[in-house]
Amino acid sequence: MTDDPGTEPTQDDVLDGNASAGPLSAAFGMDMTAVPGKCAHCGAVHMVAELRAYVRAPGTILRCPICEGIVLRIVETDEATYIDARGAAYLRFERR
Amino acid sequence: MAGPISWQLATVTAIRDETPTVRSLTLRLPTWSGHRPGQHVDLRLTAEDGYSVERSYSIASEPERADVVEITVERIDDGEVSPFLDDVVVVGDRIELRGPIGGYFVWEAPLGGPLLLVAGGSGVVPLMAMLRHRSHAGAPVSARLLCSSRHFEEIIYREELDHLVSNADGLKVFHTLTRSQPPGWSGFARRIDERMLAEVLEPFGISARAYLCGPTALVETAANVLVRLGMPPDRVRTERFGPSGT
Repeated sequence: MTDDPGTEPTQDDVLDGNASAGPLSAAFGMDMTAVPGKCAHCGAVHMVAELRAYVRAPGTILRCPICEGIVLRIVETDEATYIDARGAAYLRFERR
Repeated sequence: MAGPISWQLATVTAIRDETPTVRSLTLRLPTWSGHRPGQHVDLRLTAEDGYSVERSYSIASEPERADVVEITVERIDDGEVSPFLDDVVVVGDRIELRGPIGGYFVWEAPLGGPLLLVAGGSGVVPLMAMLRHRSHAGAPVSARLLCSSRHFEEIIYREELDHLVSNADGLKVFHTLTRSQPPGWSGFARRIDERMLAEVLEPFGISARAYLCGPTALVETAANVLVRLGMPPDRVRTERFGPSGT
């Protein structure tokens, strides 16, 4: 699923959504790891912590554990955090 | 905006060697809302030229300890942060920290059990926060920890785990040593596999709550086995971290 097969990550390079908890909670002002989201590619629903995290890039890519489609992209710069959520059909926030 | 997890300066108040390559740092925090066992903190180190790196560390201490958190750091030789934390930091140093972070990989006494904890190497750290909390809260929850290490000398928290077991309050600890075993070793001596997990899980059955933390390969293997043994996937919580052998 990478553009360059020469940089195919090994299994131990792949973490999970817990690895993105810091930037995500800073951006959303709440914990995001237990938030369920629906993959826009295959429809599978997983909590953010259960997504596969590819962290060896300028940013973090979170992929669906079922279809490997990209659900979230997170990039932090000195000034801001960018979150590309095109791959999420929805994120579900419990009303308290 | 001062959110609940804005950066703050923590002061190192104690350092303790756990193994030859692992040590624990106690950090005192100016403002701390308290944490839940299993959560982590982000540390940020900034060089004089402005270059900064951030790393996540699981909190090892129980929430009952007020105003401090303890983290346990394994030295990774080519790492950018861990050699600094393991060799350079001394008591009195200040480190930028934000947290607590995370809500998925969390266990608190009211959630109940029985509790199956599976650790590879320093993956035991967040599980130790859960066990310390369980002990402090006097929670009547049966718990079993299966801990995979390479060598006997590399078992993190070995003496403290022995001590917790000696309280005879329903905790059992199983060790497996994957590379070398001392003479007379009676524990497991192989990588975590289905037979081992089935043996450890057996008295709890599929009603257990499982928390697995360690290198990705170990966590994947253990999670798949537990689901195959019949545990509902939503009771198998996982946290994977980067390369470091077990």
